[in-house]
Amino acid sequence: MSGIGLHVPEPGARPGDEPDFSHIVVQPAGSVDCPPHDADEHELRHLAFDLIRVLDDDDHARGGWNPRLDPDVLRAGLEAMLLTRAFDDRLFRLHRQGKTSFYMKSTGEEACAVAPSLALRRDDMAFPTYRVAGWLHARGYPLERMVNQIFSNAEDPLRGRQLPILYSARDYGFYSLSGNVGSRFGHAVGWAMAAAYSGRDQIALGYIGEGTTAEGDFHEALTFASVYRAPAILCVTNNQWAISSFSGIANGTAQSFAAKAIGYGLPGLRVDGNDFLAVWSVIDWAARRARAGLGATLIEFFTYRAAGHSTSDDPTRYRPASEAAHWPLGDPVERLSGHLTAIGEWDEAREETLKAELAARVAAAVAVAEKVGTLGKSKPPLREMFLGVFKEPDWRLTEQMRELGLEEHD
Amino acid sequence: MIQALNDAMDVMMARDPRVLVFGEDVGFFGGVFRVTDGLQARHGRHRCFDTPIAEGGIVATAIGMAAYGLRPVPEIQFADYILPAYDQLVSEAARLRYRSGGEFEAAITVRSPYGGGIFGGQTHSQSPEAIFAHITGLKTVIPSNPHDAKGLLIAAVEDDDPVIFLEPKRLYNGPFDGHGDGPLKTWAGHTRAEVPSGYYTVPLGKADVVRPGGDLTILAYGTMVHVALAAVKASGCDGEVIDLRSIVPLDIDSISASVERTGRCLIVHEASRFSGFGAELAALVQERCFYSLERPVMRVCGWDTPYPHAFEWDYFPSPQRVGTAITRLLARD
Ligand SMILES: Cc1ncc(C[n+]2csc(CCOP(=O)(O)OP(=O)(O)O)c2C)c(N)n1
Repeated sequence: MSGIGLHVPEPGARPGDEPDFSHIVVQPAGSVDCPPHDADEHELRHLAFDLIRVLDDDDHARGGWNPRLDPDVLRAGLEAMLLTRAFDDRLFRLHRQGKTSFYMKSTGEEACAVAPSLALRRDDMAFPTYRVAGWLHARGYPLERMVNQIFSNAEDPLRGRQLPILYSARDYGFYSLSGNVGSRFGHAVGWAMAAAYSGRDQIALGYIGEGTTAEGDFHEALTFASVYRAPAILCVTNNQWAISSFSGIANGTAQSFAAKAIGYGLPGLRVDGNDFLAVWSVIDWAARRARAGLGATLIEFFTYRAAGHSTSDDPTRYRPASEAAHWPLGDPVERLSGHLTAIGEWDEAREETLKAELAARVAAAVAVAEKVGTLGKSKPPLREMFLGVFKEPDWRLTEQMRELGLEEHD
Repeated sequence: MIQALNDAMDVMMARDPRVLVFGEDVGFFGGVFRVTDGLQARHGRHRCFDTPIAEGGIVATAIGMAAYGLRPVPEIQFADYILPAYDQLVSEAARLRYRSGGEFEAAITVRSPYGGGIFGGQTHSQSPEAIFAHITGLKTVIPSNPHDAKGLLIAAVEDDDPVIFLEPKRLYNGPFDGHGDGPLKTWAGHTRAEVPSGYYTVPLGKADVVRPGGDLTILAYGTMVHVALAAVKASGCDGEVIDLRSIVPLDIDSISASVERTGRCLIVHEASRFSGFGAELAALVQERCFYSLERPVMRVCGWDTPYPHAFEWDYFPSPQRVGTAITRLLARD
């Protein structure tokens, strides 16, 4: 379109249309070179426009980005992704039964959470979005604690103060979530700067959705990361949709979010986010670079949000219902399972057994949490509302607690 | 109320080609609360569209459009997310006319759902009106029913000053008197739910005495108007409930006239108490009606904590809490 007029972009397909992913170029697995992790930034610029992939259509691992992981690690990854999915499905249904107020799934994006969680160290720190619960599942965070948080019940580790799924799990390298999008991206950089200042080789991993790259937080974080060579891995999860807005509302006609790195003088890697091996590999590459004192990397996980945005959303109102089935990069769980099968380390029977076992584990955790109570049926002691605002409640809070018949120290 | 707000924008877009509506998920989808539903289909993609997730950018570009001469009506998806735009509102929109000697002005209307009662937790429940009321040059409007919502929104769009238009999201689908465990009500049959078709305005700065009475004056806006009415009813007193409708401009004459008559004043808002808008109201009432006051001015507000998910109904000012304050104000000593 040319001529004068206000241009407003639209996605290729809306409800009723045939899904259209014709604009996506899927490079063959193994076709993108893997430069050394200490290469100069200007030698890496093509990686921001390529699509790093390891698993090919026949479920084999190809090329220089193949991390050559032990089958046990691959099985651990598959299990964590399946657990994430089983947990999501169960909790989504519990919301529909009125047992909590809100839930968000990460269906289709599990690899972007699970692979980094397993690839990074326990003393590193993730600055998550609401769509990376797989990080916790990969590290064995107790399921009933998650469900208690989701129910805001008496055993809720966040004391009833936070919306469901906005976890905080410091011991699991998982920074406190907030409902505001984007506002912790700079915290990742600050945490990384602090690690460097302290002379330690820990790194921070920041997550942000592609829609949220429009916020100033994203650009400010990249500026600081670049200026101070912060040991951070900054990840854009490009799942194509930000609620009802397609990625073009965040990126105009630019196709790559990884390419934003170039303007900041940082390496940018664009990777198939549904390819567990590729995700692992780029995280490992960027971690080695950061730990070597070479600064931050921007990574774009190219993936697809297969479920609705949240329990409040109905995606069939703004995109073709069958779009997920047409996503050209497949499903991360099926692809990793296929790979394990192809190398003779997995089979259908084992997967069925594992799925049943995971469903039972989730059900058991839900049963424990339900016994404590679902939302509104059980809650932490009322004084928790006032605690933690200040380290010590001031007279206002003390008076207000008294007004509710609470003693500050009971 | 959703339909009334939608109608207001529809009317103004049809009347005035300078009116544009935009925000996150506002275009094709029609907004996460469906307030802009159908506007893109009726008025075109160039007049109702999605924006990047960048509240500062939304308000900044709205100001730029207004400087050109358009009348933008941006939406911020939740008032909790207006803070990235605060600098634009405070340092730019509120002062553009003043500092440019009248060469430019920012006739924007920033709509945003606000307030609690929906189990939205810390970041989908807040009531930030006081931080706008504190900024001179900004107007802040808060409707409590569909009739006013449409008339006030049209008046806001036509106003030459920047207006923050806060929509109590708990009232979108029906009135709410603060009984969290009660049945959901719709607007059907409510006296203020009858919305005239076409153009009309409810002027900014005119409070509405929604329940006349002689015992005491209750000042409220948004959802708390309904809570106050329920509390008055339950107490059996003859309380006067005033719906402020806009807190800037503030209808000080209606407030003074009422308090001078009743001698007792109670202020109710959802926002936390300390430095809340109730503090300004209490100071004004004390300054202007001191010799009529029989009792100290009282406030019932949210507690001075973030909005806590599990404690929704402990935090949300309930008719019981309002009732306790009424009893204290009316007690003989
Ligand atoms: C500062 C702020 N603005 C707006 C919102 C409302 N909101 C919640 S999620 C979301 C979409 C985010 O999309 P994206 O960043 O692409 O992440 P995704 O949900 O796709 O994982 C929006 C607009 C918010 N939570 N915070």
